[in-house]
Amino acid sequence: MPTAIATRWVEACAADEIDEEDVIRFDEGGRTFAIYRSPDDVYFATDGLCTHEKVHLADGLVMDSIIECPKHNGRFDYKTGKAKGAPVCVDLKTYPVRVEDGKVLIGLD
Amino acid sequence: MTERMVVIGAGEAGARAAVALRENGFAGTITVVGDEHHLPYERPPLSKAVLTGPDEPAPPHILDEARLAAHSVDLLHSTAATAIDRDAHRVALEGRDPLPYDRLLIATGARARRLAVPGASPETVHYLRSFTEALALRRRLAPGHRLIVIGGGFIGLELAAAARARGATATVIEMAPRLLGRAVPAALAALIAARHEAEGVRLVLGATIARIESAAEGRRVVLGNGDTITGDTIIAGVGALPEIALAEAAGLAIDNGIAVDAHLATDDPDIFAAGDCCSFPHALYDGRRIRLEAWRNAQDQGNAVAKAMLGANERYEAVPWFWSDQYDLTLQIAGLSDLATRTVTRDLGDGARIDFHLAADGRLVSASGLGPNGRIARDVRLAEMLIARRARPSASDLADPQIKLKSLMV
Ligand SMILES: Cc1cc2nc3c(=O)[nH]c(=O)nc-3n(C[C@H](O)[C@H](O)[C@H](O)COP(=O)(O)OP(=O)(O)OC[C@H]3O[C@@H](n4cnc5c(N)ncnc54)[C@H](O)[C@@H]3O)c2cc1C
Ligand code: FES
Repeated sequence: MPTAIATRWVEACAADEIDEEDVIRFDEGGRTFAIYRSPDDVYFATDGLCTHEKVHLADGLVMDSIIECPKHNGRFDYKTGKAKGAPVCVDLKTYPVRVEDGKVLIGLD
Repeated sequence: MTERMVVIGAGEAGARAAVALRENGFAGTITVVGDEHHLPYERPPLSKAVLTGPDEPAPPHILDEARLAAHSVDLLHSTAATAIDRDAHRVALEGRDPLPYDRLLIATGARARRLAVPGASPETVHYLRSFTEALALRRRLAPGHRLIVIGGGFIGLELAAAARARGATATVIEMAPRLLGRAVPAALAALIAARHEAEGVRLVLGATIARIESAAEGRRVVLGNGDTITGDTIIAGVGALPEIALAEAAGLAIDNGIAVDAHLATDDPDIFAAGDCCSFPHALYDGRRIRLEAWRNAQDQGNAVAKAMLGANERYEAVPWFWSDQYDLTLQIAGLSDLATRTVTRDLGDGARIDFHLAADGRLVSASGLGPNGRIARDVRLAEMLIARRARPSASDLADPQIKLKSLMV
């Protein structure tokens, strides 16, 4: 298997630290991530900075499966990372998430 | 049959509309005519990162060649439209053959109002609207350079902040007794003024300008009271005027901008207008005709007008929204406060706050937030949603930072 990249699972936060339909910021090793909890109680993770002007998305608003950037209201689908239109046109990188023993783990490569 | 869409003005509204026409399924030709040399770019960074960023800046493009090609949008840059022939459905262009259209969008934006005092000329007074002008200003803003800003509005204050960031000095001269005029509540304007003074900006308020002089030691602004202020560069941010010349010459209705209806159509059903150049009736504010000079409005109207040009029948009624960045402070304003009779403040700590403006009937009509962007943005956004729903939240809930605005959404 030529392209298997080892995933490193990192504990981001306790599952109850994030409200439903909300987001928090998680910093690790000089990088910053956004961890989401959807209205139907599923966890997701993306890069933490908006692809428009590098603002922390965790200060933005979660609405359903959308994270809206706090700076100019650019929108992403945080489940897929897809940019949903101007002013953002570059997608967000997403990361796998696991919940174990009440903790949220994200898989970094 | 609508086969040829033409857009005049390759700015925020025009570029957005061109892409949105495709996104909404239009299969004919789309031609965007722009008189600037660059590909469409965002203007807000011109008074911010373009001046202060560490590297020689590139225009912050809205569309690059690849996206233009992907959406099959033809851009005629460096080309001014000079006349609209409504009977023949043709736009006359500088140095090219006339362009036929089935539907036309005018998205010509606004231009900087010129300072009308003796001695003001293109050599003595600078303005900021284009990337080219921003680049020229950036080259001047070196440590020790003395910048004189005429006008204490958003652009003037962002320029003062940018000058300080580059180690230049800044003096802001404003005619009114306070900064930022009616658009910003007095209490917030006072906080912004205090911050500029703390950063070493000299504010000269309530001052009229008698004339501009050139002297050996630099440029001189002579005030109405006889005082003089000397500096190296004078830049004026004294408002913008809608670019209406083409529309006016074509006989379209004008009323503080190109007058459009709630669907962004002019009084010619094949001609639309969007962005800074147009005025439109706003349902949230008693159907009053307003004209905005705001980036999100240009973008939202670009999206909306594309649908209207394709025959949709949606009213444009997005809540007006504006932001400004000065130092590490962001000011965000949602809605219009003209109808407000009462203000309620939510203190978010560390100097960050939201002022909510309520109309006589208790309806939330506007909210202004000041502080680090991350502290205020969410609440201003939620306030915007409450404004759109014509909500009447209680003053005590608004004032209490423990109460999540999201919980007031019914
Ligand atoms: C320095 C600066 C800072 C700003 N900062 C903010 C901010 O922080 N927040 C905010 O909300 N808004 C801000 N704005 C306002 C925002 O940029 C405008 O509201 C927005 O650009 C309007 O878009 P528009 O498409 O209507 O017009 P424009 O962006 O002005 O585009 C119009 C285009 O049409 C072209 N044109 C005009 N006439 C013709 C013709 N006859 N033929 C061909 N082309 C023509 C013009 O050259 C221009 O390229 C700022 C503006 C400036 C200048
Ligand atoms: S920084 Fe996120 S939309 Fe501009």
